[in-house]
Amino acid sequence: MIRALLCALLLAQPVAAQELPPGLEDMAQFGPAPGQPAEAVQPLRLRSTTDIDVLRPAMQAFAARHPEMSVTYEQWSSNGLYEVTRRECAAGHAGADAAFSSAVDQLVELVDLGCAEPYRSALTAALPDSRRWRDEIWGLTREPAVIIYNARLVPPEDVPRDRFALLDLMRRPDRRYDGRIATYDISRSGLGYLFAFADSLEASTFGALLEGFGRSQAVATCCSAEIIDAVARGEYLMAYNVLGSYVEERHLPDVATVWPSDYTLFLSRAYMIPRGARGAAAAQELLDFLLSTEGQQVLTRIGLVAREDAAEAGRHDSAERPIRTGPVLLVARDTHKATALLRRWRETFVERGARP
Amino acid sequence: MTEAGPALPAPVAATRSLKSRVVRAVLSLLVVGGIVMALAAFAYGRVAARASYDRLLLGAANEIAGAITISGGVPLVDLPTAAFQLLALAPDDRITYSVRSPGGQVITGQDTPLPETIRQAGGGFFDAEFTGLAAAERARFVTVPRRFAERDFSGTILVTVGQTLRARNAMALGLTRDALIVLGFAGVLLIVLGALVVESAMRPLVGLARDLAARDPYDLTPIDTPVPAEVAGMIGALNDFMRRLERQIASMRNLISDSAHQLRTPVAALRVQAELAAEETDPEIARATMVRIVRRSRSLGDLLDQMLSRALVIHRTAEARRVAVDLRDVALAVIETQDHALIAPGRDVALEIGAAPVMVLADDLSLTEAAKNLLANALRHGAGAVRMGAEIEDGAAVLWVRDAGPGPDAATLARIGARFERNAASRGRSAGLGLSIARAVAEAFGGRLELAPGPAGFRAALILPLSEETP
Repeated sequence: MIRALLCALLLAQPVAAQELPPGLEDMAQFGPAPGQPAEAVQPLRLRSTTDIDVLRPAMQAFAARHPEMSVTYEQWSSNGLYEVTRRECAAGHAGADAAFSSAVDQLVELVDLGCAEPYRSALTAALPDSRRWRDEIWGLTREPAVIIYNARLVPPEDVPRDRFALLDLMRRPDRRYDGRIATYDISRSGLGYLFAFADSLEASTFGALLEGFGRSQAVATCCSAEIIDAVARGEYLMAYNVLGSYVEERHLPDVATVWPSDYTLFLSRAYMIPRGARGAAAAQELLDFLLSTEGQQVLTRIGLVAREDAAEAGRHDSAERPIRTGPVLLVARDTHKATALLRRWRETFVERGARP
Repeated sequence: MTEAGPALPAPVAATRSLKSRVVRAVLSLLVVGGIVMALAAFAYGRVAARASYDRLLLGAANEIAGAITISGGVPLVDLPTAAFQLLALAPDDRITYSVRSPGGQVITGQDTPLPETIRQAGGGFFDAEFTGLAAAERARFVTVPRRFAERDFSGTILVTVGQTLRARNAMALGLTRDALIVLGFAGVLLIVLGALVVESAMRPLVGLARDLAARDPYDLTPIDTPVPAEVAGMIGALNDFMRRLERQIASMRNLISDSAHQLRTPVAALRVQAELAAEETDPEIARATMVRIVRRSRSLGDLLDQMLSRALVIHRTAEARRVAVDLRDVALAVIETQDHALIAPGRDVALEIGAAPVMVLADDLSLTEAAKNLLANALRHGAGAVRMGAEIEDGAAVLWVRDAGPGPDAATLARIGARFERNAASRGRSAGLGLSIARAVAEAFGGRLELAPGPAGFRAALILPLSEETP
């Protein structure tokens, strides 16, 4: 009997793995605390694009604070999360109680389509306008888009403090940085696309940057971890628009960070509660927890809320450009806009062929 | 226990106080006005909100339309961020947009509604549901056309932009609320002001009431406390009333003192005669005394009649309504009652009246009384044939009594006709009184008493203003 059960379990395991929907990368369970009566347990299914390992301390803190919560953490790719949420919204049922994505533009579109449940508390109301919209989507983190460089190989006088310095580097006659500067491939990275879109709103600099990338045969590649590791190895000397939190969590001694002083983009990972979510109350608890002092401290500790001293270079406050969690991001979701941006991008990078 | 001031008289049955009336009136005005204002403000707010946000919507749609380019025969939309920043001025509203090819296919954006009428009109504003994927919400849409006539592409591209109504509704409600707050403040101010105005307007009345309460009961002098114009009419009427009251009281006093004076002497004489008669042992003398007592008492009765008639006349001239009276009728009535037969039995009185009426505005009874007195006077004191008549003389109405005698001497003439004549009374006769009645009546109706001694005889005449009226 027991053997049969074990067999069934063993058999079920690979089948379940096969049936993972496309885009679901990993799963984890937090809580409930042992000894909780079954009827008190509150299930909460969270779909997130953040790696489980990154967010684990935050989830554990939440589980400790709410022993009755049974959090099922699903790690999704951003496109997968968008697709499944959109499909479920159109079908009229919510498969998860909360969605937490770095692809803010995708969640903003879902909110615009009426797929979100509104919620308002003292903590959400305290958020700046740039980090909430309609009380249906909230930006929980504060992560800069930074320039990183290999501190061993780049002489201090070459370190670009802003985009203009970066442009100068790329235009240098000695062509020292040609092919040694990397950035996200925006056709493959949603985050890279979002940063590129935000940069494109600063029209003049963006044009010059693209021109510089083309001239210096910059490399567009995927993904954050690979870019950071390659900079650490010295394969690339420098990388543009890398998410600061990823750099910090890797703790690489040779990789130094610059918050561009002309302006630094800040991303706030967005949180929304899908319309009709059965565990909406639990999702609201999680939201309030993540916005609470304790939650924000945990997020700061794991690098998702940038500390002011994280940057090597000094930076004045006016240079902070949050990517506003609001309807302007709908423009980024427009097919023509995306096509045009991607075409422009490819025209810059395709000529010499992207490096593998 | 001392009283600080005179106690106010017990209140008469009072209706609601003016203050509460004013407050109620203002309140009801405010309630009605408030409802009207709220509706008007809300309607205005909706129109204003619609106008301003429609402009944003149109601006955004035009921006998008302007960002359409034709590249290789295919329309391309470089969706302008500015358009969405414009729409984001309504910070909490969902946005939807579409760009449609001349064939009606969505080139980019969402499948927004586009009513057939708008499509045919080539653009315009419309209201529709914004469905999205899940939550339908009322929204406002605008469609603008962009016409292309190029070598490789021609036709009209329609750009539709829609936005939900939260900001509009919030603005309309905000305008309404502001208007109502202002109205509320104005209302409270109005009520307070109204109450204060009534209070200050009523203050003179309270003072007036105090003055009146403190007044000596015999003090009928006019009230001269300054009062608002509205109350002055009332005070005028009150003063007039007091004036009449004073006149009445004065004439009552006169009557009483006259009566006392005039009765004292004859009554005293009667008493003396009666005492004499009682003590007289000689029947002959007692009888003669009795005859005198009878004569005296008859004379006293006459006096009393006169006094009563005078009191009546004084009362009536003050109070009775003036009517058109023909003096010929008065003369006729006096002759026909044959009262004079009692005073002077056997003497005839001739009546002289014409064919034309002699009209005056007066009181019939008072005139009759005055005429009787003139006639009685002539019969008692006059000589020869007595005639009575009414006629128009020099544009005035005249009722006259004439005898053949010379009339009283000048000194008597100067005296008689005054209010009363002690002399007359002391003699137990009432001539002075009769003439004074006649004079009072004449004066009450705006005329005079004319006493004209002459060789042809003495004439006493009531001369009154002629009335236009015909009976």
